[in-house]
Amino acid sequence: MLEKLLILLFASNVLAQVCMPDAPEAYKVRLSIKTALGDQAYTWNDNELYLFRATLAFAMRNYLSGQLFDVSNILVCNETERVSFWFMVKSVTNPTTLIEKQHVENAIKESRHRINSAFLLTDQTLEFLGILPTLASPFVPATPPWLIAFGVVMGVVGAGIVYFLVAAVVQRKRKKTLDEEEEAKGATENEIAGENLDGIYNTSFSDDEKVTEM
Amino acid sequence: MDITQESGKETRPQWDNKIQYLLTCIGFAVGVGNLWRFPYLCQIYGGGAFLIPYLIALVFEGLPLLYLELAIGQRMRLGSTGVWYSISPLLGGVGIASMIVSFLVSLFYNTLLAWILWYFFHSFQDPLPWSTCPLNQNRTGFNEECEKSTSVNYFWYRETLNITTNIETSGTIQWTVVLCLASAWCIVYICFIKGIQSMGKAVYVTATFPYLVLTIFLIRALTLPGAVDGIKYLFTPEWEILMNPQVWLDAATQIFFSLSVAFGGLIAFSSYTEEKNNCERDALLVGIINSATSLYGSIPIFSILGFKATSAYNLCKDRNILALTNHFDFPDQNITRDNYDYWINHFNQTHPDSISGLNLRPCDLQAFLKQSASGTGLAFIVFTEAVIEMPGSQIWAVLFFIMLFSLGLSSMFGNIQGVLTPISDLKMLPKWIPDELVTGLLCIVSFLVALIFALGSGNYWLEVFNAYVGSVPLLIIAFFELVGVIYVRGMKRFSDDILFMTGKRPNIFWKACWMVISPLMLLAVLIAYVVLQAAKRPTYPSWDPSYESFPDTKTLEYPDWVFAIIILLCVVPIVSIPIVALHRLIRGGIRRSSPRSELSAYSNGGFDAEYRPNKT
Repeated sequence: MLEKLLILLFASNVLAQVCMPDAPEAYKVRLSIKTALGDQAYTWNDNELYLFRATLAFAMRNYLSGQLFDVSNILVCNETERVSFWFMVKSVTNPTTLIEKQHVENAIKESRHRINSAFLLTDQTLEFLGILPTLASPFVPATPPWLIAFGVVMGVVGAGIVYFLVAAVVQRKRKKTLDEEEEAKGATENEIAGENLDGIYNTSFSDDEKVTEM
Repeated sequence: MDITQESGKETRPQWDNKIQYLLTCIGFAVGVGNLWRFPYLCQIYGGGAFLIPYLIALVFEGLPLLYLELAIGQRMRLGSTGVWYSISPLLGGVGIASMIVSFLVSLFYNTLLAWILWYFFHSFQDPLPWSTCPLNQNRTGFNEECEKSTSVNYFWYRETLNITTNIETSGTIQWTVVLCLASAWCIVYICFIKGIQSMGKAVYVTATFPYLVLTIFLIRALTLPGAVDGIKYLFTPEWEILMNPQVWLDAATQIFFSLSVAFGGLIAFSSYTEEKNNCERDALLVGIINSATSLYGSIPIFSILGFKATSAYNLCKDRNILALTNHFDFPDQNITRDNYDYWINHFNQTHPDSISGLNLRPCDLQAFLKQSASGTGLAFIVFTEAVIEMPGSQIWAVLFFIMLFSLGLSSMFGNIQGVLTPISDLKMLPKWIPDELVTGLLCIVSFLVALIFALGSGNYWLEVFNAYVGSVPLLIIAFFELVGVIYVRGMKRFSDDILFMTGKRPNIFWKACWMVISPLMLLAVLIAYVVLQAAKRPTYPSWDPSYESFPDTKTLEYPDWVFAIIILLCVVPIVSIPIVALHRLIRGGIRRSSPRSELSAYSNGGFDAEYRPNKT
């Protein structure tokens, strides 16, 4: 009886330490190293997996401060050539239980950027299936840039219109005063010509009189 | 300079030199339609094969009409209203019809320029605003409308137009569009502020700059991957499509509208040129350069479309490759674009069930190439999408929109001149009003009327104007022009005019075209056009996010009141022809004296060209 109990306990211990895909606390990870790095892709081997477990432990430590997660707390299984695998996180305080999915998700979300950088990958090439990458909020500048471009163009055009209109008005005024001056000049000329009419000054050769040419 | 003019008349403005005149005419003829309508027609009508009806229409319909307009304007030295009144008082309405059409076209054409300006202003950002979707309200994902369609579509329909779901829903006035519209009209005003003196200088830039940009785009586009596929697709001829009469109709209408005849603008331009000027050579130059520009511009456009199709094709493939790799847990990049076909066949044979479960989209390059667009769709949706993928997107976007803007601006010059010259010739306004004020008033009035295009339903109204104002009325006006010059004025007298201007009579080709071929072609095109339009109730595509197969556009019929407005738009320009003719007939019946018998003692020889307003 006692042996059976012991065996059961031992078995459950072992079971708790074996990672199973599709378990309620397990996440699937997928890496696309060649897509991300092309020629400079590194090969995936056990050392890289060790680094992964270490970064996950780091993420868990940051999230649950005080609990010192170690590489041995991260269980990995079902590795494929893809490269993809499943992982589960064992609790530090109670080695037989697993950390719930929600906590693991939050921990990964917080340290996502660090995890990505450790592997030179991005949110799209290092996928945690089920954990959506948080969308970066778009950068909204204080003044919309298009208003600046609009302001510049309209400023130039407006200045041009004002300049041309003012020039036209000034030109018209100048023409009017010139016309008035010419008329006035023409009248005095005639007077002078009428007064000083002598045989020497021949008005028909004067070229500032308004006589229609034949 | 003024030898053949009345000494009592004010001196008519003149072009500074011949180049200005030619550039203005070319700029008027070459517009945005050369870039966004001609390549589309080439594509849907069997590529290289379309060039045959197009060139035939150019030679037998386009060039004769162009030559006729330039010659008659140069001889009469009057705008469109004056020219037709001089030929016969009964035909005076033709000029008024041209003026009305020019005004209506300038309204919506400048709205296109306003939208181009909007995109131009927005091209100075990194990343380009149409490349990403905005987030939705709780920031959990992207905006729903944008997700379902594309970010490019969303930027055009929602952020630019804020379009309503149908033409009856007016929506609100978009102040951003109003701002751009105001800028567009201000730019037009500043170019016209000194009449053709300032416009002639502006045209040096606006008429030549597009060619520079097209060349830059040509070089850039030909180096893009997939460019050759696009060009091959464009120019591969499908000869059997020539059997379809619709192709011939579209070629004839395309040439006709592309050359911008019957607007009165060309007559106005040629009226400011010297009397003894070789207008035959001018007409040939303008017509050939217009068609050559269409061809030249279609090469970079189609290279870019080929690039876009290739990008979409590669994206489709990549998506499928990822799905396959993930499903079968193959090592990353074992399935590449090159061996994709092999693997697809392999999987279809070995695991057909799992393949169908994956919902792979079929990737076909020809299908992507077939996605065609014309008009605003080409510029604001297809092209902007392509530009995102090109390295250095901002520069290409800026260049493209400046090019479109200058193409449109130089065409606007012709439209506005087609309104201003008749106003000054008809002496409708008292003399003390300076020209700058008249131009300013015209711009302000046009801006205020064009505010309908700034409503939520503005794009639908623009399509209405585009399809109906700039089509049937122009065909009718052109027909009357031909008949008026060749049959009312007389072929003999017109030949004498041309002898006077160019030094030789028109040869048999021109005579045959003017007397027989062109009128017949115009009549055939007009009848076919009207019959086709009247055959079915006109419909329009509407952007409705709540439509089941959104992002496809929903086809709606025009409601009755819009249909009435369409009829009005077709009829109002034309109705001036019979009204003026009737008016003249009645007046002529009452007062027997004809204006021609009033010979002034000081005029000699040029009394044909004399235009005496309000003398009867």
